[in-house]
Amino acid sequence: MSVEQFQDRNVGKQNYVTVDIEDYPVTGMDKFRRVCRRTFRGELFVGLWVVLREMFKFDIHTVQYPKEKLPLGPRYRAIHQMQRLWESGTERCIGCGLCEKICISDCIRMDTRIDENSRKEVTQYSINLGRCIFCGYCAEVCPELAIVHGGEYENASEQRAHFTLYEDMLTPVDDAIAQKQKEFPGFGAITPYEDERVTKTPLAY
Amino acid sequence: MDVAFIIETIIKIVVLLLVFSALAGFGTYFERKVLAFMQRRLGPMHVGPYGLLQIAADGVKLFTKEDIIPQNVVAPIFKIAPVITAATAFMAAAAIPFVPEFTLFGYTVRPIISDVNIGVLYVVGVMAIGLYGPLLGGMASANKWSLISAARAASVFISYEVVTGLALLAPIMLVGSLSLIDMNNYQSDGWMIWSQPVAFILFVIATFAETGRTPFHLIANDHEIIDGFGTEYSGMRWGLFFIGEYANMFFISFVTALIFLGGFGDGSLLGALALLGKVAFLFFFFLWTRAAWPDVRPDQLMWLCWKVLMPIAILNIVVTGFIVMF
Repeated sequence: MSVEQFQDRNVGKQNYVTVDIEDYPVTGMDKFRRVCRRTFRGELFVGLWVVLREMFKFDIHTVQYPKEKLPLGPRYRAIHQMQRLWESGTERCIGCGLCEKICISDCIRMDTRIDENSRKEVTQYSINLGRCIFCGYCAEVCPELAIVHGGEYENASEQRAHFTLYEDMLTPVDDAIAQKQKEFPGFGAITPYEDERVTKTPLAY
Repeated sequence: MDVAFIIETIIKIVVLLLVFSALAGFGTYFERKVLAFMQRRLGPMHVGPYGLLQIAADGVKLFTKEDIIPQNVVAPIFKIAPVITAATAFMAAAAIPFVPEFTLFGYTVRPIISDVNIGVLYVVGVMAIGLYGPLLGGMASANKWSLISAARAASVFISYEVVTGLALLAPIMLVGSLSLIDMNNYQSDGWMIWSQPVAFILFVIATFAETGRTPFHLIANDHEIIDGFGTEYSGMRWGLFFIGEYANMFFISFVTALIFLGGFGDGSLLGALALLGKVAFLFFFFLWTRAAWPDVRPDQLMWLCWKVLMPIAILNIVVTGFIVMF
């Protein structure tokens, strides 16, 4: 089939192939013929062969979850993390409040004050995970790449708040200075080696 | 009737009960594994190596769960129904020779509890009673799904039983005996499946209806009527239904192998192993079809049994009769 055929929107001109559906049997003899045909065509054995083949191929797709884990895509939005600056290790958050403002489920709350060096300092930062819908707007809007989404998706606990203690979200100082902190590629990030995996879309248009 | 005979019989009964209760448990494991492999899954993996201790975990769960008798059920019938299924399954095993005779410490053991001269009739009859379990349990449950299941059990019951009996009649005419040991010995010069292929196919179809396995899994079809008659059951009462179903599968596999597939042959060790191999294949076939085939509707099963299989079975008997006579 060529592209022109699909671009032609005049229905009825294209040489579509109709699916061959046989007529429903009317007379008793027709029904009997159909039963005989279906009985002796051996379709049941085709089914048996297919499942037996799969059993011997042993091409198992199970991921044994707690032992094995699938890799996450870079765009995955799990529990938030607060990042630090690479070398100094100071917190990136400047207390601008944009994340609090943009949050569409109103789950971020922050308190700031002016510290003795006349710099803005974050005194309180909390995310109510009971309301968070993990839309990712906070990470997108953050001018300092301070609040990002991490990859921790195993969030079963006695309290949701356990995951959003500010100290736990914050990258440890040592990791930041040792440059072990992982950056969040964020929206539009491309899966690694995606170029090799992309194939042509099967549709002609 | 001397004491030795009574002791021997009791020991045989206990061994049979223990072995086949355990096999019923292993049967669930095999079923889950085989179905999983055919569907590209792994099946139970976590309890024990390769999930082998899953049976123990299931057993502990079934034994320790609370036995709930819901409101509005007909309690006496509700309580007795699972016992009927399990008990009749094991009672039917009384006339089945599981392995040929063997000598243990100079004592000849006949591994059949009672070689009654109406063996086949007894086995088929008692197994048929097993379907009263789903029927009574479903009707006593005060649950609409269970009631539908009971109605289906009745429809299955009146359908397959005719086919089982008529299909077995032709081999019985050839052998001239109803004892399963005579059936086995008759096949020393050729398996029954070659002289009675039609009866074999009919009987296999009927066994699927009898054990309620997948092409005819109407009585407890999970995706239509939850667990059918088992919906209201819990704990070991439900477990008894399960043991009965799986024991039934094993026993009917033994019967099929003994009547049609040569049984244990001449009674040597090789013959005994061959019988166990045949039974294993037939059991695997039960699981295999569950992975491969769709279910039929209850009315289709009745149509199949009454309008297709029964005429074929009668024709088969007539033809066999002519051959036997002339």
